[in-house]
Amino acid sequence: MPMVSARTTQKLALACIWGTGAVTLLILLVIIGYVMVQGVSNISWSFLTTPPKGGMSGEGGISTVIVCTLYLIGLTMAIVVPLGVGAAIYLSEYAPDNRLTSLIRYGTDVLAGVPSIVFGLFGFALFVMALHFSFSILSGALTLACLLLPTLIRASEEALRAVPRSHREAALALGATKWQTVWRVLLPAALPGIATGIILCIGRGIGETACLFVTMGGTSAMPTSLLSGGRTLSMHLLHLVLDTNAFEKALATGVVLIIVIGVINAMTNWLSQRFRARMTGGA
Amino acid sequence: MKTRHLIDRTSRNLIFVLALASFAVLVAIAVFTLKEALPALQQVGLLDFLFGTEWRPTSGQFGILPMILGTVMVAIGAVIFAVPLGVGCAILLAEVAPPRIRQFLRPAVELLVGIPSVVYGLVGLVLVVPLIREIGGPGLSLAAGVVVLTAMILPTIISISEDSIRAVPRKYKEGALALGATEWQMMWRVVLPAARPGIGASIVLGIGRAVGEAMALVMVVGMATAIPISPLDPARPLAPSIALETNYATGLHRSALFAIAVVLFVLIIIINSLAMMIMRRGARAHGVR
Repeated sequence: MPMVSARTTQKLALACIWGTGAVTLLILLVIIGYVMVQGVSNISWSFLTTPPKGGMSGEGGISTVIVCTLYLIGLTMAIVVPLGVGAAIYLSEYAPDNRLTSLIRYGTDVLAGVPSIVFGLFGFALFVMALHFSFSILSGALTLACLLLPTLIRASEEALRAVPRSHREAALALGATKWQTVWRVLLPAALPGIATGIILCIGRGIGETACLFVTMGGTSAMPTSLLSGGRTLSMHLLHLVLDTNAFEKALATGVVLIIVIGVINAMTNWLSQRFRARMTGGA
Repeated sequence: MKTRHLIDRTSRNLIFVLALASFAVLVAIAVFTLKEALPALQQVGLLDFLFGTEWRPTSGQFGILPMILGTVMVAIGAVIFAVPLGVGCAILLAEVAPPRIRQFLRPAVELLVGIPSVVYGLVGLVLVVPLIREIGGPGLSLAAGVVVLTAMILPTIISISEDSIRAVPRKYKEGALALGATEWQMMWRVVLPAARPGIGASIVLGIGRAVGEAMALVMVVGMATAIPISPLDPARPLAPSIALETNYATGLHRSALFAIAVVLFVLIIIINSLAMMIMRRGARAHGVR
């Protein structure tokens, strides 16, 4: 077998690497570019402020859908933030190194790998049927909270662990109780990191469809209470694609989603940069 | 006892309960899913359920072999394309590309990680499906599912792999170069093996997303219940099947959907262990632990 020189191999390999980069870039450009170019012309003030016509027409705007998405995300966060941040405080500050702790950690890891639709099925059986919350924003929020819990726990735990040891020691040395240390010193210091985790969860929640599709019903009417059904932006896009021929409306909804995710990413980047600066800048 | 000590103790107990909650959710999901799945598994029989080829809920036939094969084929297809592309692109971003290209590519990749799966499905339906129809078949097909899933898991693989390649200590690279290795030898023999755990994790995560994805696939795979023979045939993977039928299913049909969820979960565990095993094999072949 003829030996290929190391330099030739390198040239070939680097060419392949640049090739993969080019293909990836192409895919990215096609997805974002196509949706933006095709969808942006269908966005107008009235698209954002009129409700969908409902039924199979696909006509109308997305006002009720936006309101419903906001309700759902607000309620979900109200449930998941205390739970997730509390669990993270326990895991990073209190948890003894025993079997129960590793069981909780293992459970969180497994939960993170459960597919969205399995959460949906669970939420459908427990919240929609057994607890009689019916197809509602409440059922959807509870289901979504279960789904986001492991993500938030992980992010918050990392943020708490990044707070230097000296902060804890200084607080305790001043005679603070452990909880005072946590509440007055660690949480404020870790806040930007925890906020990053929360925003990350908001982004994921906005993108979820499967687990909400089977727990929220999907009516396009304006929600009047937590027990009304509803439809988020992602669900609306799905409905437009599956049940109507209104692709231009679907693309416009896609543009709204991409912009929201873009804003969320910019916020997390900004926050995590600040957090890193604070943790390493000797504040 | 002072109030602050009382608060201290109460808070400690409270957050312990909160920490237990996440574990409780997992237990509740497991218990609920298994309990609800049991009637179908008992009545249909595990083997008939797993290896039956007919899914006709109205006439009481619940065989999910076509769905299992659909999920496995579409996920493996996506991994075959996404892993080389993603790891290659991660090397490019971490080691090869000048900072200016990275500054542009990295935020784009991050944006794509966050874009909802329904948007991928939409683009797949409008762009990919017609292209595949040109080649042959109905367009809504296994191949379309593979393309959509590849695009969906690619950003995840790139972003986590790049992080782990960047985390390889500088001295490893300098050591390799000092020994006279070319840059490529350094990347291939030193950096990649050192970054293997992170790359492995990114692949496992990608597989998890591919196997569990429901809504993007509903739009592009056609959802026909026959076993796909060619990539141009329509398929009907597990997760989308649950999603489409849950809202109206009752009785044994609903129970069968829960049984599908159990299968889905077992499948994810099997595929993940396989991926881990392959990674370890590869590591040994390279003489790295």
